[in-house]
Amino acid sequence: MTLDWQAFWLTLQLAVAVSAVLLVLGLPIAYWIAFSGWRWKFLVEAVVALPIVLPPTVLGFYVLLALGPRSPLGRWWISLTGHTLAFTFSGLVIGSILYSLPFAVQPFAASFAGVNRKLIAASATLGASPLRTFFCVTVPLSVHGLITGMALSFAHTMGEFGVVLMVGGNIPGVTRTVSIDIYDRVQASDYAGANGTSLLLLAFCFVVLAIVYGLNRKAWAIGPAK
Amino acid sequence: MQKQTWGYVVDRFGKSDLRGGATTEPLWFCTIGFHDGKCGMKSWGRRKMRIFSRALVTACLLCSSTLGWAQSRKSAPELIVAAAADLSTALREIAHDYEKKTGASVKLAFGASGSLTQQIQNGAPFDLFFSADMDYPRQLIAAGYADGASLYQYAVGKLVLWVPADSALDVEHKGMNVLLDPSVKKIAIANPQHAPYGRAAVAAMKHAGLFDRVSDRLVLGENVSQAAQFVESGNAQAGFVALAHALAPEMRGKGKYWEIPAEAYPSLAQGVVVLSHSQRKKEAAAFAEYIRTKEAVDVLRKYGFAVP
Repeated sequence: MTLDWQAFWLTLQLAVAVSAVLLVLGLPIAYWIAFSGWRWKFLVEAVVALPIVLPPTVLGFYVLLALGPRSPLGRWWISLTGHTLAFTFSGLVIGSILYSLPFAVQPFAASFAGVNRKLIAASATLGASPLRTFFCVTVPLSVHGLITGMALSFAHTMGEFGVVLMVGGNIPGVTRTVSIDIYDRVQASDYAGANGTSLLLLAFCFVVLAIVYGLNRKAWAIGPAK
Repeated sequence: MQKQTWGYVVDRFGKSDLRGGATTEPLWFCTIGFHDGKCGMKSWGRRKMRIFSRALVTACLLCSSTLGWAQSRKSAPELIVAAAADLSTALREIAHDYEKKTGASVKLAFGASGSLTQQIQNGAPFDLFFSADMDYPRQLIAAGYADGASLYQYAVGKLVLWVPADSALDVEHKGMNVLLDPSVKKIAIANPQHAPYGRAAVAAMKHAGLFDRVSDRLVLGENVSQAAQFVESGNAQAGFVALAHALAPEMRGKGKYWEIPAEAYPSLAQGVVVLSHSQRKKEAAAFAEYIRTKEAVDVLRKYGFAVP
């Protein structure tokens, strides 16, 4: 029983890349959701939450067709990069970012909204700009939510299947992730290999999440305990 | 002071009163969503709760009535047929004709023959299995999941190389040699591990001596229909698909194709078999019989299958 380590390494790279990008991308979105007073904000919140509800095949379908070589967006992408969005690692990253967006943004926004507003107001009265207040006051107080959001998006991407199946093309070393590998092994009746790979994925994700949630405990809080 | 951080209390005389300190904390939670400060806390809070609870009750009633309606639809007996992906157009038409003729209900599930075989071996509730080869049905018979006596070769599938209509590749004259063109970055085939058309595509490329040169450009579809979708959407520049796909209404006229010579790949003789665990063996056998009739054979031939 040989395990496909290449698939495992690829999945790890995908999960880390997606979590990192979502940290950078998710902070401004979460900040806006938490602090904006716009009356139509709920529409944006609904759009952000859509990937939770929709099956990943919807996203895969749109990446394949609405962002495919026949569409204006797809053609722009090809002129920029020289290849299609589908069948590439970057296509997987983009699909996974959209798919895991709510898993990052919602814990971020919830933790920002939970920060004591008097502290933010006090920071403002002491002369800090909103940006400085955000990085020096809000973010350190919301570390729990940030770590939770990152952990969730990491775990969610490790288990990514639907989008990869739709637009990956199953190319070894490029788009054959662990979930696709397990699926292929089951199809080929290689139940021993499928079991081994599944257990490995399970064990790895459990260890990572246990470490993250262990570090996230209030007793070990980096910021002041609430 | 930032407007959005404090709740305003509007008493019934319309005067607003900014409150600070601990008393504002609960007020702030109650005015979530109304930070512009124009609304009084008490009346808006209660009104929101009323609207929300009414919406919730309505939603629950709608859901339960929909579920009840869906349940009642399931009571009619129906034949559940597993079919290879290349039959998606031909078998739909045949099943439709059969339903009109006999009043029976036929439900179709399409997929790669290997995937369907796996599902059947793990207890999937199919009655009949149309494979894209003869090996998968034989595998099921040997494992006891299908009736050996019911095995029948209903058609022979054909493999074609398909490119989109706007492609510059002259596949109709150059055949598989277009795959060596530098503009061909991705070639779509079905996954050879569990799709007969995928294995045929690999065999055809090896027969032409091209496989080693193009194997790094292959993208694998879950089944031959997904491979057809990859190339039809333009994401792959060329693809090995079933002739049935090339002639299907969705793809006909949208591309050019070249039929791979039969000697280049193992024959795609396709077999149908009645499954052992079926509760409706009589109806399944009746539908399998219908496949041999002239009307069904005409439909199969219309979609490019050879029927001996």
